Amino acid sequence: MAGLIARRKLLAGLAVGGSSVALSAWTGPTYNPFFQENVLSVGEWLNYRVQRAIMGNALAQEFPESEMSPVFRTNGNTDPGTPEYQKLVADHFADWRLRIDGLVVSPTSYSLAELQAMPSRTQITRHDCVEGWSAVGKWTGVQLGRLLKQVGLQPSARFIVFHCADNFDGTPYYESIDLVDAFHPQTLLAYAMNGEPLSIGHGAPLRLRVERQLGYKQAKYVMRVEAVTALSGMGGGGGGYWEDAADYYWYAGV
Amino acid sequence: MSDLDRESIHEGGARVVYRHRLPTRIWHWLNAVVILVMLMTGLMIFNAHPRLYWGRYGANPDYSWLQIGDRDEQGYLRVGDQTIGTTGFLGVSGGQGDQTVDTAFPGWLTIPSDYDLALARHWHLTFAWLFVAAIISYWIFGLGNRHIWRDLLPSRGELTPRHLLHDVKNHALLRFPKGEAARRYNTLQKLSYLGVVFVLIPVQILTGLTMSPGMDAAWPWLVDVFGGRHSARSIHFICAMLLVLFFLVHIVMVALVGPINEIWSMITGRYRVPAERH
Repeated sequence: MAGLIARRKLLAGLAVGGSSVALSAWTGPTYNPFFQENVLSVGEWLNYRVQRAIMGNALAQEFPESEMSPVFRTNGNTDPGTPEYQKLVADHFADWRLRIDGLVVSPTSYSLAELQAMPSRTQITRHDCVEGWSAVGKWTGVQLGRLLKQVGLQPSARFIVFHCADNFDGTPYYESIDLVDAFHPQTLLAYAMNGEPLSIGHGAPLRLRVERQLGYKQAKYVMRVEAVTALSGMGGGGGGYWEDAADYYWYAGV
Repeated sequence: MSDLDRESIHEGGARVVYRHRLPTRIWHWLNAVVILVMLMTGLMIFNAHPRLYWGRYGANPDYSWLQIGDRDEQGYLRVGDQTIGTTGFLGVSGGQGDQTVDTAFPGWLTIPSDYDLALARHWHLTFAWLFVAAIISYWIFGLGNRHIWRDLLPSRGELTPRHLLHDVKNHALLRFPKGEAARRYNTLQKLSYLGVVFVLIPVQILTGLTMSPGMDAAWPWLVDVFGGRHSARSIHFICAMLLVLFFLVHIVMVALVGPINEIWSMITGRYRVPAERH
C-alpha cells in the first residue's frame, strides 16, 4: 500500500513537472518543494526498503588492527560544555547513569561500571561521515539488543531514540534507529575506543555505534535511551538532530 | 534489423535513413538529463569533502592524492605533490555580486548552486535509480534487438592497428565519413560508446554502491573489488571526469559533423546521409 502511494506520487511528480522540474530545482533557495517532497522522497523510501531487503542481518565489515586509521578525527560537537556535563567529567562519570525508558516493560538505569561489567563486544569497523571521509577504529561496548532484552520492549515500540548531553545552540542532539538496527549484533553502546576509555571528543562516556549507517547516526554523549512508537512527536519530527536541522536522510545506510 | 540500415527513403533528393530506433532515442535523452543531474549533484557532494584518498579509509589527517582547497583567498588544485592555482574556478570562485565563495567546484557547476549537501544527496540518490534502470533497459533492448552486436561491436578488421591509425588520422584532420560510410559508426565512435555503456556507467554504479555503508554490509565483495571505500570514491570521481570528457568530445563531434542533422536524427530517428564528394 505504501509502495503504491509512493509510486503514484512518483508518477504524479514526473507528469506534473516533466523534465522542467530538473531545471526548476536548480538553485538552492528556489527549489520546487513539490518535487522535493513527492519525487525525491521516493528515493529515500526505495533506498531504505531495498537495502533492508538485500542486507537482512548482514554484518558490517570488520578489519584487523593493521588497517586502523592512525588518527581518528573528531567531528560535530567535541565537548557538550554544559555545567551538568562538566560536573560529570569532574567526577569521572561516577554519578552518570544511562536511563532506558519509554515503551519498555521495566524502565532501568545503569551506571558506567554496571555497563562495563556486562558481556561486551569489540569490533574494528569503518566510520563513514556523510561528508565523505572515513576512519577505521576499534569500539568496545554493550550490545544495545542485550540491554533492550533486559528491560523488555512493549509490543508497540517501533523505534529506539538516543537523547544526548550535547546541543547545537540550545537544540539537543538526538538520534533514532529502527528495531532491526537496534537488535543488530554490531549495534553497541560503546564506552571504549581503540582500547582506551572513550574520550570527550569522541562522546564520553557512552556513544552509539550503528555500523551500517553514516556518522551522524553514531550519537555521542548518550544519556537516555527511549523506546517509542513514532518519531513525529519529538524534536523537529525528523528522527534526529541533523535530520531536523539540515534535512539529512533519517535512513543513513546510503 | 539494425538502427543504422533499416530503411532508406528519398526526400527532396537527399537520402534519409532511419538511424536511431525509439528505445535508443528515449535512452539517449533520459540519460542526457540523468547524467547531468548526477554530475552536478555529485560535484556538490564532493564539495562537502574535496579530497580523494586511496584504500579503506581516508580523512583529513590522512594523505589525499587529490585536493581542491583555498589558502589566503586563493583557490588551488593539488594532485600528488603538484599544486596549481585555480582562483576563479576551483577553490575560490565568484558568488553573488562581487562576493567570492570558497567551495571546491563553483556554484554554476553544482546542484543546488548554494552549498546544501543534504539536498544534493536527495537528488543524487534518487536519480541513481533512474540511471540504473536506464542502463539495464538499454542492455536488455540493445542485446535483444542486436543494436549492440551489429552497430557497436567493431569487426576484427576495424581493430587492426592500421585501421585504428587511419581512423585516428581522419578524426585529427576532421575528415568525417560521407555516403555509405556515414551510415555506420566509425571505429573510435564504436569503442567510445562501448566504453561508456559497458565500462564507465557500470563502474560508476558499482563504486557508487561501494560508498554506501549499508551496501558494504550486504555485499562486502564490493569493497574488496575496488580495494576499499576510498579507492572506490576516487574511481567514482575519475570515471565521472571521463564521462565529462566523453560528453565534451561528443558535443564537439556533433557540432562539427552537423548539429541540426545529428540532433534531429536523435529526436525523430531519421538521418540525412551526407552526400559523397565526386
